Amino acid sequence: MVYRSHVLICNGTGCTASKAPDLMDRLEKELKANGIENEVKIVKTGCFGLCEKGPILVIYPEGATYCHVTVDDVEKIVSEHLVKGRIVKDLLLGDAEAEDITKSLDNVDFFSRQHRIALRNCGVINPEVIDEYIAKDGYQALAKVLTEMTPQEVIDLLKASNLRGRGGAGFPTGLKWQFAAKEVNEQKYVCCNADEGDPGAFMDRSILEGDPHSLIEAMTIAGYAIGANQGYVYVRAEYPIAVNRLNIALEQAREYGLLGKNIFGTDFSFDIGLRLGAGAFVCGEETALMTSIEGKRGEPRTRPPFPAVKGLFGKPTILNNVETYANIPPIILNGSEWFNSIGTEKSKGTKVFAIGGKINNTGLVEIPMGTTLREVVYDIGGGIPNNKKFKAAQTGGPSGGCIPFEHIDTPIDYDNLINIGSMMGSGGLIVMDEDNCMVDIAKFFLEFTVDESCGKCPPCRIGTKRMYEILDRITKGKGEEGDIEKLETLAESIRQASLCGLGQTAPNPVLSTLRYFRDEYEAHVKEHRCPAGVCKAMVKYTIIADKCKGCSLCARKCPVNAISGEIKNPYVIDQEKCIKCGVCMDSCKFAAIEKK
Amino acid sequence: MKSIEELKAIRDKALKEMSIRDNEDKIRIVVGMATCGIAAGAKKVMNAFIEEIEKRKINNVSVSMTGCIGVCRLEPVAEIIEANGEKTTYVELDAEKVRRIVAEHLVNQKPVTEFTVGAAER
Repeated sequence: MVYRSHVLICNGTGCTASKAPDLMDRLEKELKANGIENEVKIVKTGCFGLCEKGPILVIYPEGATYCHVTVDDVEKIVSEHLVKGRIVKDLLLGDAEAEDITKSLDNVDFFSRQHRIALRNCGVINPEVIDEYIAKDGYQALAKVLTEMTPQEVIDLLKASNLRGRGGAGFPTGLKWQFAAKEVNEQKYVCCNADEGDPGAFMDRSILEGDPHSLIEAMTIAGYAIGANQGYVYVRAEYPIAVNRLNIALEQAREYGLLGKNIFGTDFSFDIGLRLGAGAFVCGEETALMTSIEGKRGEPRTRPPFPAVKGLFGKPTILNNVETYANIPPIILNGSEWFNSIGTEKSKGTKVFAIGGKINNTGLVEIPMGTTLREVVYDIGGGIPNNKKFKAAQTGGPSGGCIPFEHIDTPIDYDNLINIGSMMGSGGLIVMDEDNCMVDIAKFFLEFTVDESCGKCPPCRIGTKRMYEILDRITKGKGEEGDIEKLETLAESIRQASLCGLGQTAPNPVLSTLRYFRDEYEAHVKEHRCPAGVCKAMVKYTIIADKCKGCSLCARKCPVNAISGEIKNPYVIDQEKCIKCGVCMDSCKFAAIEKK
Repeated sequence: MKSIEELKAIRDKALKEMSIRDNEDKIRIVVGMATCGIAAGAKKVMNAFIEEIEKRKINNVSVSMTGCIGVCRLEPVAEIIEANGEKTTYVELDAEKVRRIVAEHLVNQKPVTEFTVGAAER
């Protein structure tokens, strides 16, 4: 069957939540109603990365990209674009409207500044059709490895590429594989950490959903390189679409003989099993993850012995994250020199960031290492809504720290981020503007780690809780002299004494906000004032009598009836009743309410 | 999967089906599919282009639709736009003429002057 047109619909998590499946149903119906169901092919793809504008629908051969498509728009798109060939301009992405030719996705600023390696197939192929992955050179790397290279050559190539782990710590991947390959053991394992837990990070999810075969191919290559015949993907149960597509992909790979016995007619055999996580953040830590795969309670253990020596079921094991694996097939096909040509001196290749918070283009971007934060925020991210000022960006989630405005021109790579007190982490990037309170942000992340601490070691279990209590007091206006120093002492002890990465990095959000925004902490503690006006206990709404016209609008909007007065006379807020929701301020037409 | 050849065969087949999604360095055929065009038989013309291109395994060409070009009396109309932007406008088409255009214009790079708008207007 030859189709004259392909309609690509994003079925990533974001677009699925904004009703992409309903769009597909409607589209099918409309195509049938117009009798063109045999001329137009509907292709379900993974995430395009532009989640802010979802649901996204792209029609080829024109390459017209429609955004914010609703079910009601489908009829128009079919009758105008697909039947009559007239592009529906008012639904097109961004400024494409102004031009008379269709802007291809690649020409939109959001995409043209990116360099997509790990995300190369996301939004391009149908993740549920193995042939489309193969068309994009899929499984070619595996074929090359199995028929032309020895295991040691694979490891040498990876070492020469200088690929570092994308899960956060940035350990050289080739070295990790070398350690496991050196161990002599009949049984070894290849594991994939798909237990993405950082709040705001969803790049691994997008790869699993948009390009599951790249993970399968890379894990099989890893099996050949270290001498393993079994792999496990440890994936969050909270990622139902990812789990479903992985299962489909595994089934298809087995059917094609790309998993199983004697792959490509060689004597190499490999298979992969899925293990669903139970929703604990600590299971993203490697030793806890493997304990969980074994069927035990997911708690970390001391290292050494490292997993490469004694890992899953006590056997030599390698564990890499999803994004790291997704980089491997292109490295095998294009060579280490190609990979070394991208990035900075010590960080090669690209990194995917999930950008969120106070930013116009919320979504997923893959940028070469060395790109500055300014480019990410302003050129790719489209800047901050409502012309607010950039205050800081938080990277690395609960283990990371913040990058203030003074460092916005720092090239992003592993070492630079560590030097300025943050870390690459898994790639969550949350942008904050002048309305965000840094103490409140630190408290948010600490609350997360307190919840997620597994409780095995006291520094993490008790220490983070104590830190949280102090922060909670500070944000409630009850901070005391010496609180900041106490936080610092506690942070240092927790960092040094905790058993695993979760505890060792838990104080980072506090330490880095203290480093750059100490004045905000001091304002909270000494003056009982929140400069950003976020901490409710320290905020007071009052009506400026001179400006109030006595229209009674605020009194009618107030959800707790805290505002009273007489028409045409100034109204008053009862501070005892006020819950500081700010509705009065938003509704006042005369700017007569102030927040202090 | 027992050999690389098998993988290559799957790759080539799938790649051809997906070629519609790359719009670089391509010759575009745009068929007028407004009411006037459809009434005059543009749909058959469009399908004929797709079938011929498929039959001859030409893969640097994409076929798409457009609205009314404005010469309704000469429908069905199709334009062939080269990668360099050069345009040839064919008018009063039918499936038979399409087969000749594909063979002569796309394969042998010789526009069929007798079917062009210039010839019809003379």
